[in-house]
Amino acid sequence: MQLLKLKETIEFMRFRKVAVIFSALLMIAACASLAINKLNFGLDFTGGTLIEVGFEKAADLNQIREIMEGAGYEGAVVQHYGSSRDVVIRLAVQDDVKAEMLGNQVLALLKEGTNQTLEMRRIEFVGSSVGDELTEQGGLAMLTALICILIYVAFRFEWRFALGSVLALFHDVVLTLGLFSILGLEFDLTILAAILAVIGYSLNDTIVVSDRIRENFRKVRDGGPEDVINLSLTQTLSRTFITSITTLLVLAALFFQGGALIHGFATALLFGVFIGTYSSIYVASSIALALGISKEDLIPEVIEKEGADQDVILP
Amino acid sequence: MLNHSPLWKKLLVLFVVCIGALYAMPNLYGEDPAVQISGLRGVETTASTLDSVKATLTEQQINYSSMSLEDGQVLVKFSDTEQQLKARDELDSALGDDYSVALNLTPATPDWLASIGGVPMKFGLDLRGGVSFTMEVNMNEAELKAKEGMVGDFRTDLRKENIRYRSVKEQDNGVIITFRNVDDIDTAESLLKKRYRDLLFSDNSDDLTLSVTMSEQKLKEIREYALQQNITIIRNRVNELGVAEPLVQRQGQKNIIIELPGVQDTAKAKEILNATATIEFRMLDSEGDINSALNGRVPANSQLLQDRNGRPSLVKKRVMLTGDHIVDAGSSFDEYSRPQVNITLDSPGASKWSNATKENVGKPMVTVFIEYKPTERTDKEGNTIFEKNEEIIQIATIQGRLGKSFRITGIDSQAEAHNLALLLRAGALIAPIQIVEERTVGPSLGAENVKLGLQAIVGGFALVVLFMLIYYRAFGIVANLALTANLVLIVGVMSMIPGATLTLPGMAGIVLTVGMAVDANVLIFERIREELRSGKSVQQSIHQGYDAAFSTILDANITTLIAAIILFAVGTGPIKGFAVTLSIGIITSMFTAIIGTRTIVNSVWGGKRLDKLSI
Repeated sequence: MQLLKLKETIEFMRFRKVAVIFSALLMIAACASLAINKLNFGLDFTGGTLIEVGFEKAADLNQIREIMEGAGYEGAVVQHYGSSRDVVIRLAVQDDVKAEMLGNQVLALLKEGTNQTLEMRRIEFVGSSVGDELTEQGGLAMLTALICILIYVAFRFEWRFALGSVLALFHDVVLTLGLFSILGLEFDLTILAAILAVIGYSLNDTIVVSDRIRENFRKVRDGGPEDVINLSLTQTLSRTFITSITTLLVLAALFFQGGALIHGFATALLFGVFIGTYSSIYVASSIALALGISKEDLIPEVIEKEGADQDVILP
Repeated sequence: MLNHSPLWKKLLVLFVVCIGALYAMPNLYGEDPAVQISGLRGVETTASTLDSVKATLTEQQINYSSMSLEDGQVLVKFSDTEQQLKARDELDSALGDDYSVALNLTPATPDWLASIGGVPMKFGLDLRGGVSFTMEVNMNEAELKAKEGMVGDFRTDLRKENIRYRSVKEQDNGVIITFRNVDDIDTAESLLKKRYRDLLFSDNSDDLTLSVTMSEQKLKEIREYALQQNITIIRNRVNELGVAEPLVQRQGQKNIIIELPGVQDTAKAKEILNATATIEFRMLDSEGDINSALNGRVPANSQLLQDRNGRPSLVKKRVMLTGDHIVDAGSSFDEYSRPQVNITLDSPGASKWSNATKENVGKPMVTVFIEYKPTERTDKEGNTIFEKNEEIIQIATIQGRLGKSFRITGIDSQAEAHNLALLLRAGALIAPIQIVEERTVGPSLGAENVKLGLQAIVGGFALVVLFMLIYYRAFGIVANLALTANLVLIVGVMSMIPGATLTLPGMAGIVLTVGMAVDANVLIFERIREELRSGKSVQQSIHQGYDAAFSTILDANITTLIAAIILFAVGTGPIKGFAVTLSIGIITSMFTAIIGTRTIVNSVWGGKRLDKLSI
């Protein structure tokens, strides 16, 4: 079976101006939303207390809100989580000493107030100082990862590709963050992990394309850089599609079967895979092209026989 | 010949997959209910503990499947939870306060597998339920305490050498000493410099001061010590909780992570972790009559206390020294190779101690262990009422005037000396700790997470397998074999690596790997198709396909691996769990996709004259 039967090279780069405008618009929208709406940081970052309770029957959120307010917990956020019987209650950071004991107190309160059998599913308390540390650490992790990748790709390929792929990754990260900001989805540590996975995936894609471009620059005699890139993208297109499909298939499984806790994670990845696939085609290659990548940059001074060094390692 | 794999390569692939499968196997066996017995407050579990456990269980006619003594803990396995619960209750009342009896689940791995190191994957708390705390050690307090110590030390030193000073005060990052004249500064400086080599001195003759600062090295040592000290204390307290397989671990520069699997009642756990214990040295009341005291006539300035075995003694109420002054304690042997405990005091403690012991040479001294235990009762404001528990841990004769460092001898065994040292250290909190993070996952949520995670893995796996089969036909089968081997290898490696824990994000990482692992095969297969289309022979196409895809796969995977390793290095919690499975997945998928499938392809199609390929 074959999904794509391509006879002719697709002129991908002809649309690169459109793509640049499209990407720029998306980036502006994402940045604007990040500036205005900010990210809906979860407990991991903001600190506070989260209590997830499983009720026997469908829970009445208003009743719970009244109970909470009656007991003096102002500003408690009460929501359904996953099903109508599961409820999460979020409380902002309060007096530190009190917050430590909060979970059990609220549980007892609800037991009494609702007259239902309930089950503690999870209680999380995060102090206010932890979040800053995390933000710093998370940002640092992402930055280090990007720099190391930049160095590796520059070393293995060429600086134009390195810059192109890292900018493409940056593009993907900003857009995914933008999506979370626009939709107001909660951004916690698992989402950060998902974004890092998006980096991994998109990178994988970009490298595959860059690799083919490099190969074709060495192999194809006629045609300018634009033609070589078009040819390479066309050649790798079916692989790009198939890998995206298999990845999306398992992500769909994760999205529908993985449970509420992993929902955000799956959402970030689903979106990230789309964006990552698009960016490896348009963003990375367009940037390399715009930076003036040419045949001379990729042909090594001493021309090696291709694959000469691989016989040893290949099976 | 094209597309021929040598025998050793086939054997290598077979060997790796078999080893992976072998070490993945323990995960299939599930877990047995068990009871874990460990000693508290220095009590050791020994063969005799094992005997009394055996006796209790036989007496109560409780059937157990196995019993073992390992790492100072007795582990009794049962065939069902009913027997387990019954045994817990019976053992708890039979063994008393000195032991903790905890419910546990132990892997039901068969002996032959366990003997070659086969263990199932460890589940994180999000998958098995329990509570985790992150405690932050207050380093400002630790440094302040060190500075206070310095002030005391300097005063003593200067006084002893008859150097006149105006004042000794703490300042930002050390101590400032003010003198009356320049000469005193010089003498003091040369004296102190010799004595404290890890401190930095700078004199100022204008305002007659000598400022002493701690070097970065010294500050680091202080913080390190405070952290280690608190970990020791918390470890002791966690043991009191009687939790199976607790984990106390440092994280970064000032945090301590505590994981208590299976604990739901966090309130009790928190109270015990926050409880305070200390040591006091007092004199034994030798004049008082112990018998009349036992009948209720206790002398006014004495108190009736018991030791660990319930033996009563009359002890003076006046406290000679409190544990706050203990800076360090360790166990060693004296010149007759008898066990002893060496104690180091801070300066104020040392002078106090020196005066107190001078008056009491030759008399028996008592070491009292004091613990404040939380009770069920609360006061009007809702705060827990703590109960003071006092216990004699040591009675020794004072041999002479004691100073900054002294030793306690007359201890029965090395183990006891070790434990006493531990208790002495544990008694004194170097710096206060505070809970900064707490996560409790209910057992039902944990079980649900496992179920959902497995569902996602199985579901995703099935979809990919189906897709590959339809899309690549015969080669799809090869890819699917590689995918299966990859999954088995991930589980095998996760089980083999000590310290690797499977978490919910980790499971997500596996799902993602399943989706991405086929990429290498897709790259190869698409290449082969390309070569076929360009009119090459079947054997040429297979060869070229693998060859050309190799460097791409290598580059793509190495870059992703770099990202994963960085995540592991800097990340915490869910990020780390995710990074572990992702990196393992990348490595195993490279092996199965490049070497594994090549071997299969070569064995099936290699070296034959073929006109068509089922790809």
